[in-house]
Amino acid sequence: MSLSTTGPTPTVSLLGTTALLFEAPGALAFASQQRIWALAQEAAGWPEVREAVPGMNNLMLSFVRPPRTLDALTARLAAAWEAVTPLTREGRVVELPVRYGGAGGPHMADVVAHTGLSVEQIVELHSAPLYPVYALGSHPGYCYLGGMDPRIATPRRPVPVLSIPGGAVSIGGAQTGVSASAGPSGWNTIGSTTMTFFDPVRDPPATLQPGDRIRFLVEGIEP
Amino acid sequence: MIEILSNAALATVQDLGRLGSLRFGVGTAGAMDDLALAAGNLLLGNEAGAAGIEIPVFPFKVRFAEDCVFALTGADCGAKLDAEPLLPWWSHRARAGQVLTLGLPQGAQRASRAVLCLPGGIDVPEVLGSRSTQMRGAFGGHEGRALRKGDVLRAADPKRACRTGFGLVPPALALPLQLDGLVALRVLPGAEYLGFEAASREAFWAGEWRITAQSDRYGYRLSGAALRPVAPMELRSHGIVPGVIQVPHSGQPIIQMRDAQPSGGYPKFGTVIEADLWRLGQAPIGSRIRFIETNWDEAVAALEQKEAWLAKVARMVALQRSGPMGVAA
Repeated sequence: MSLSTTGPTPTVSLLGTTALLFEAPGALAFASQQRIWALAQEAAGWPEVREAVPGMNNLMLSFVRPPRTLDALTARLAAAWEAVTPLTREGRVVELPVRYGGAGGPHMADVVAHTGLSVEQIVELHSAPLYPVYALGSHPGYCYLGGMDPRIATPRRPVPVLSIPGGAVSIGGAQTGVSASAGPSGWNTIGSTTMTFFDPVRDPPATLQPGDRIRFLVEGIEP
Repeated sequence: MIEILSNAALATVQDLGRLGSLRFGVGTAGAMDDLALAAGNLLLGNEAGAAGIEIPVFPFKVRFAEDCVFALTGADCGAKLDAEPLLPWWSHRARAGQVLTLGLPQGAQRASRAVLCLPGGIDVPEVLGSRSTQMRGAFGGHEGRALRKGDVLRAADPKRACRTGFGLVPPALALPLQLDGLVALRVLPGAEYLGFEAASREAFWAGEWRITAQSDRYGYRLSGAALRPVAPMELRSHGIVPGVIQVPHSGQPIIQMRDAQPSGGYPKFGTVIEADLWRLGQAPIGSRIRFIETNWDEAVAALEQKEAWLAKVARMVALQRSGPMGVAA
């Protein structure tokens, strides 16, 4: 069993008999994520694996049925991690027009209060990077993004908001993202966009894939 | 065809879950009591994984628009077909126009969710490999939402002539697991287990845990001794599954249930094993539960035991169906 902070070697832990979780060593890094993608692609073809699900520098493998013993699978996973070539994905660049602040960004004031920056500075820092999609999770079509400027990092809200709308652009700790459908959230919503991220009858159902990149375009700033 | 007559708050169409779209952010959904759904389907000669209706709030009423066989499993709700009392965990036959009423769960081992199965399963479209209702994102099941009064649902094979009038010993009796008179669940320790104080680890296994009112298909929030980490843990978002026991800063654990999101970041104390999730799915709000530490071999064996019970049900049903007509057990 491993502790949460990732050590010098990868760790494997169990999620009951349903799945196992492989966690890459070291600090959160895009290069590690490229190895996670490669590992996911390889492990998806193993007979005992139902699905290979990348997270943030980690990989969950759900089982078709739990293997009788885990030694062979964990050994194969460790060997594959050492051998993989990082997967360079030249994904699409998707530009999302965002209206910052106003009714669609009700927590902008909290980000201002926490960071000590002005609304204009926050918008400038938030819309500057080309954010890589590391993985999908949380809810259908939701993307975990890397690369937010640490100067606008803002802690999650003490009490989660019961429902934020789809398209809400928000900051939670050092991460940013866009909710793909209405639902509860503990993040700080600073703007809104109108992109459709998920359609269950499309193949694949999610609009964005790991390796795609998002740029937020400033469509407007509202008081 | 059946028509929902009650305000069917929170009743949903569920099968055994949407298991292969986690990487798109889609959780599994699926029946909270998978054994009740599978057994109900087997009673009608359906595939074990056909879609049924999961009913958590009572009274619940439906009218049969045509003659139809059906099976009732899960919570014993003192069901009646018009005025005639019906046995739980049993297959039945309704005539066109008859009304099925499910009341409050009853009995010594009060469960919390009833399951209604129809011949061939509930006929709703398969979305991403499953007929389960996905609430967040609003797809699957019946129009991607909980059922409501006036909804009409079809059986996939409504005219199936199959023998009815027989039933099962419920799994709560056939596969019991209790500790000091309380429902017990086997837990495999999780990645952050040793990151909690020794006293908290002991308290987790030794104590009783109450299922609070803030519990639903997404998760069960428990109340008991606070579980304290040795040091605060901040995790990277990672895949999780139903059964995972997360411990947020409050120290009060939350067990992820079938509608849980497929990723999370709170420390994982452990996971209620897949073989015991049905027990938890039936544990009522306000009831108390216990946890039993288990290991991989025992957890895999428990899953096999559950499968063996379903295989026995399938054999019993096959015997009933091959017997001379008119003879019911």
